[in-house]
Amino acid sequence: MKISIERGTLLKAVAQAQSVVERRNTIPILANVLIEAEGDTAQFRATDLDIEVVDKAPAQVERAGATTVAATTLHEIVRKLPDGALVTLTSDAATGRLSVDAGRSNFSLATLPREDFPVMATSEYHSNFTANAAMLRRLFDKSKFAISTEETRYYLNGVYMHVSDAAEGGKALRCVATDGHRLARIDAPLPLGAEDMPGVIVPRKTVGELRKLLDDDEMDIAVSVSETKVRFATPNITLTSKVIDGTFPDYTRVIPVGNTRRLEVDASEFAKAVDRVATVSSERSRAVKLQLEEDRLVLSVNAPDSGAAEEELAVAYGDERLEIGFNAKYLLEIASQVDRENAVFLFNSSGDPTLMREGNDESAVYVVMPMRV
Amino acid sequence: MQALCRDCLTQIAPQRRCPQCGSPRIKSHAELFSLSIAHMDCDAFYASVEKRDNPDLASRPVIIGGGKRGVVSTACYVARIRGVRSAMPMFQALKLCPDAEVIKPRMSVYVEVSRAVRAMMDELTPDVEPLSLDEAFMDLSGTEKLHGKPPAVMLARLVKRMKDELGITGSIGLSHNKFLAKVASDLDKPRGFSVIGKAETSEFLHDKPVRLIWGIGPAAQASLDKAGIRYFSDLLRWEKLDLQQRFGGMGERLWHLARGEDRRRVSAHAPVKSISKETTFFEDTAHMEVLDGHLWRLAEQVADRAKARALAGRVVTLKLKRANHSSLTRRISLHSPTQLADTIYRRSRELLDQVGDEGPYRLLGCGISELVPEARADTSGDLLDPMAGKRAEAERATDAIRKRFGNDAILKGRALR
Repeated sequence: MKISIERGTLLKAVAQAQSVVERRNTIPILANVLIEAEGDTAQFRATDLDIEVVDKAPAQVERAGATTVAATTLHEIVRKLPDGALVTLTSDAATGRLSVDAGRSNFSLATLPREDFPVMATSEYHSNFTANAAMLRRLFDKSKFAISTEETRYYLNGVYMHVSDAAEGGKALRCVATDGHRLARIDAPLPLGAEDMPGVIVPRKTVGELRKLLDDDEMDIAVSVSETKVRFATPNITLTSKVIDGTFPDYTRVIPVGNTRRLEVDASEFAKAVDRVATVSSERSRAVKLQLEEDRLVLSVNAPDSGAAEEELAVAYGDERLEIGFNAKYLLEIASQVDRENAVFLFNSSGDPTLMREGNDESAVYVVMPMRV
Repeated sequence: MQALCRDCLTQIAPQRRCPQCGSPRIKSHAELFSLSIAHMDCDAFYASVEKRDNPDLASRPVIIGGGKRGVVSTACYVARIRGVRSAMPMFQALKLCPDAEVIKPRMSVYVEVSRAVRAMMDELTPDVEPLSLDEAFMDLSGTEKLHGKPPAVMLARLVKRMKDELGITGSIGLSHNKFLAKVASDLDKPRGFSVIGKAETSEFLHDKPVRLIWGIGPAAQASLDKAGIRYFSDLLRWEKLDLQQRFGGMGERLWHLARGEDRRRVSAHAPVKSISKETTFFEDTAHMEVLDGHLWRLAEQVADRAKARALAGRVVTLKLKRANHSSLTRRISLHSPTQLADTIYRRSRELLDQVGDEGPYRLLGCGISELVPEARADTSGDLLDPMAGKRAEAERATDAIRKRFGNDAILKGRALR
């Protein structure tokens, strides 16, 4: 194999590959990226056996062929090459080396045979549809903060993507994530062809990799879903991932419907105030107390060992007095999801889950569990 | 040189027999009346209690331990002569000593005797640091004016009272710090009274193996071995910095111990770091129902102790031992610390479900660690488990009922598995 490829193009492709590769590998070939050259494209493939990414890039192919080489090393080299350089990759079957040449820099890297590289089995997808990148970005960006990291509840280690009745009528493509302390439920209009999509739990790492495909607002993403796999594809990049083999809990009963005490507040003012008062506490889970009375909210933190803080905010609130505590980090995270309108909180009692949404927009709702303070 | 008759507690000049009572149990040492840090260790505690309660057993080998399976928890001195040791598997002990009387531990009785001993120690000094039911450190510094007698006399009196009033014997180690006091109490068991004075400390330690240090087990021993450290004299050749670099925090401690220095105080309130319970089964089992029942009972015991001490744990640990004695542990960090049996049980059950090992197991244990005061416990609920709050209330109600009507007044069906 001998190909020449522009440094920027190569860097993008290799960067995507090396981020899929696990840092600690017991199987040597999994640390490698498979490079296949044919026609006028080079294809870069990497996998951790759960996720596979294939990135196609235009290249001058002098001699078709394939080889595998350490993904992180190749990435580091390309990253350090000067912008605009033309990089030539030449594999030598006799020595088993791949030489990387750019200008006066020459590298020779160890390779492993392409036959050893595991390629994810292709499978039948039940459902194929096209979704806009901006829409997918919103679905996953707004839900991923609530993904659980607890390994014992592995079925919560991802975003549950499924078809549901939309809160505002009709059907929706819905993403839900929760760790048992907070929950995010985000709806988007159901794309054509997605009606029969099986619900799948997209793993955290896949959500992270997917994000890199979604930067261009106008891009259309081809989505394919089966019971066991999900695939997102742009014209150049194909991301295939196994989904979490488990049952996502029935989240609908978690979302409170009878909460009537309504607080409306400027989300960014609120977040800043929470952040400020939480400074005095050094505990792992910092508790912030919210004291509500007519059109007035007092945020306070009392950490006996380190100090106390209090801040008052003007808000819209017309219900009875209420005192309720939350983990400061959770409040900050949900408040930061709000970007256009005011944040609306709906409380019940100090022991019940609280609901938050942006204005009256039901297409993104958040639930957070209070803390005893 | 000073001396003391351990039977009539008279302070005398060193001689073979007490001029007062004729007893040969004379302890003499140059620093006898100036040392004040002591370690008291009951002799074969559980076995002594059993022999006291059943005089027929007095001259027979007695082993305390759980049934045919399990391990020896205590062997009396008659059984020890035959080679039986604590922590030895029971079948092996019975091979060495087939005529032994095996008695299941009667913990409640031992606890009672232990409390009585503790009360006697409390009369000597407020600084009593119990290590377990049958041993404790005492700091008697500055008590001579109070008692009108030096610490050595009061300690001799303590073991005499234990023998006379409780029918059990103990050994005393007296020295100038905790490390040496503990070493001393073991030198002359049973009914021993050993003194390690400041003057002979370094000479005493010189040719002693480092495994004498409490906390140096086989693993630490192996890594010390690699560094060529077997005896205290080997340690003396090391610079403090080198020991620190090689063994971390332990290194500095080793450097001081090698010189007979130990600055830890005798503290009545040594902080508890974890609370755990474990059980060895009569028969190895892989049966989930059986394991589940045990797990619940263990979780309840852990929770009871946590509640009694007003503590809660952020980490729940599950421990299993396979038939071949290899063990595995799993732990989970909780979002908010807990002292509830319900939470400890559920989280350790999750760990058990995911352990990915077929068993069978011989031992199951669970516990909590990273302890915090109970005020910070169970502060937030679980969205996905809306009944948790109700179960917590039920548990508190159960606790209240038990407090009033006894432990068996109410229990979960699960506890009967």
